[in-house]
Amino acid sequence: MPALCRDCLTQFDAGPRCPACGRPRVLRHDELWNLSIAHMDCDAFYASVEKRDNPELADKPVIIGGGRRGVVSTACYVARIRGVRSAMPMFKALDLCPDAVVVKPRMSVYVEVSRQIRALMEELTPAIEPLSLDEAFLDLTGTARLHGAPPAVMLARLVKRMKEELGVTGSIGLSHNKFLAKIASDLDKPRGFAVIGQAETQEFLRPKPIRLIWGVGQVSQDSLERSGIRTFEDLLRWEKRDLMVRFGSMGERLWHLARGQDQRRVTRNAPMKSISNETTFNEDTADPDILDGHLWRMAEKASDRAKAKGLAGRVVTLKLRRSDFRVVSRRQSLPDATQIADRIYRVARGLFDQMPAGQSYRLIGAGISDLVPEAQADMSGDLLDPQAEARAKAERATDAIRAKFGANAILKGRTLR
Amino acid sequence: MKFSMERAALLRAVAQAQSVVERRNTIPILANVLVEAEGESVTFRATDLDIEVLDRALAQVEKAGGTTVSAVTLHEIVRKLPDGALVTLAADPGSGRLSVSAGRSHFSLATLPKEDFPVMATSEYDCNFSAKAEVLRRLFDKSKFAISTEETRYYLNGVYMHVSDGEDGKVLRCVATDGHRLARIDAPLPQGADDMPGVIVPRKTVGEMRKLLDQDDMDIAVSVSETKVRFATPDITLTSKVIDGTFPDYTRVIPQGNTRKLEVDASEFAKAVDRVATVSSERSRAVKLQLDEDRLILSVNAPDSGAAEEELAVAYADERLEIGFNAKYLLEIASQVDRENAVFLFNSSGDPTLMREGDDTSAVYVVMPMRV
Repeated sequence: MPALCRDCLTQFDAGPRCPACGRPRVLRHDELWNLSIAHMDCDAFYASVEKRDNPELADKPVIIGGGRRGVVSTACYVARIRGVRSAMPMFKALDLCPDAVVVKPRMSVYVEVSRQIRALMEELTPAIEPLSLDEAFLDLTGTARLHGAPPAVMLARLVKRMKEELGVTGSIGLSHNKFLAKIASDLDKPRGFAVIGQAETQEFLRPKPIRLIWGVGQVSQDSLERSGIRTFEDLLRWEKRDLMVRFGSMGERLWHLARGQDQRRVTRNAPMKSISNETTFNEDTADPDILDGHLWRMAEKASDRAKAKGLAGRVVTLKLRRSDFRVVSRRQSLPDATQIADRIYRVARGLFDQMPAGQSYRLIGAGISDLVPEAQADMSGDLLDPQAEARAKAERATDAIRAKFGANAILKGRTLR
Repeated sequence: MKFSMERAALLRAVAQAQSVVERRNTIPILANVLVEAEGESVTFRATDLDIEVLDRALAQVEKAGGTTVSAVTLHEIVRKLPDGALVTLAADPGSGRLSVSAGRSHFSLATLPKEDFPVMATSEYDCNFSAKAEVLRRLFDKSKFAISTEETRYYLNGVYMHVSDGEDGKVLRCVATDGHRLARIDAPLPQGADDMPGVIVPRKTVGEMRKLLDQDDMDIAVSVSETKVRFATPDITLTSKVIDGTFPDYTRVIPQGNTRKLEVDASEFAKAVDRVATVSSERSRAVKLQLDEDRLILSVNAPDSGAAEEELAVAYADERLEIGFNAKYLLEIASQVDRENAVFLFNSSGDPTLMREGDDTSAVYVVMPMRV
């Protein structure tokens, strides 16, 4: 059976330990040299970066998250042992783990490390599909001759270099399609390397719960459960047609996934569907001035990202989380797509004004969706708001000044609210 | 309650009622029509709490009384009955059902008590006047295309009907706009309308009212207050709340100083716009107008799908001009022109453009250009 030492990258035939270095981190699989679709997922990425930059934190539980009241964005493995999870409200995380060190996220650092990881991946293959800063699909099909080594070796080398050169660890899932690669990367975390081959695909999936499918959330899970589908085995009993009748286009996809089939390609840039920003407040607030200030900042952030990507949206969305954690979102279609912060803000503000007055909120967000290239955006003015065009021009001028002198070179008064 | 009516008369009355009923609503009785028989006539009343329609029809009433029944079901049944049938509706107090019989067809429908039916409070109107159906039809037909669907600007979700100063004295004026185009339609002020408060008539009301206006010569009784508007024919009364908001000052939107004049056959123009726009698959299709002496070149350039160009002979004597518009908006305003040539008045490629029919200033349209 083909085997690979994950420490010294020696390829050999069998044995529990590496014949070259004697270490036990050995990967064995019949199809090891044949599989080429991978998913790389960093281990507690933000926390790893913080621990790397501050060795004092190494053996302490570390939680990355905003402020006293935000949510956990990443918890290191020490904190995870205590039950802390991503997206958990911070107060709950601190109940579970009172001695945790809470670190404010330093996004610019993470972006930089992510860029360095990306550069390492680029050496392996041009077919990289990043899902976020810390995970990506890689398709190494047909690269074996170029690298003089099969994909599994190159991937083991990738995580090794990430550890040695960048000080962060990652886990690899290697399989024959994206769906299985993504599942595999989670099997052996942290510092994992899991392989799902063609031969064992069906047997592997059969007893697994359906929530393993990326994108099947609680709602879909409930609806599947009502039809008696909990595991892949349940799914296998359904005819393709019946699944399609019951669940529409998702039904067809489920039928294929049940058989471990996934034809999606690793594409460099999966099209973005929406651009939005949100913020959780330090204290719940019903103060319209404070909310308005936040709304402007969120609109401006979303606008900045849209401008950076050359995109604009035909729909403006407003998201609010009330004090009782209920999420309210509202959307407004525009006759003309926009990427201008001023327009996003004004439409979102109009949506906000339709909410019952005096409500107290813990989160506000704004964004755009139904994206189009910026060439199709902001093409006509507003008869009823002749100043809009002047404000848009001022915004473009502000952008130009910021590009030259930094983000804080020029600010709107309401940014400071 | 028991009465009989000829199918056609019943269908007309029920059709009007069922179209007001909202298809989805959470209050069951709002799906029903209130049927009441008394004397020699029957009334049908339906509401969505914003609009109420009341339809009276003659009938052979055997027993006075009333009940409520699903408007959609009753309409479907009557629609499917053979033409010329005599339909008998009878409420059975014992079973709480309404029986509908015609020839050999017999239906029994569930009812809800008529006491639960929300009847719109009658209110005082500040102003009552009468207008010919064709006058109201023109005012609303020519303006309604510009009504906005943006809920955040709810005050634009209707037609602003008010009294204003026209060139030859006071006029009854309807204005609608969505911020990209605007329609301003005038009619001679009917007698008694001088003190009418300006009201924003909601889009749905405009659509429902339109059904009252098919006969040109019919006198429509119009009543207006700050909060409600009512349109009535001898048979049908439509009462609606108006949009509670302030319509923006549209007068500053209408360009006064546009001097570059283009005159073109409206239907030729519309057809050409429609043809060149075909190549663009974008939702906001931009059409470029290039104007030179007595020549108009319409063009669309869609990098992904193709390009199109068409030349029209027009009357234009001003400087060269290039200006872009949303094809849909151009088509909509061009199709409002029915008698004479369309006259466009431009300023620059960034300023609002004005369109009217010949020299007639009683119907004026403004459209915002697009960057091309």
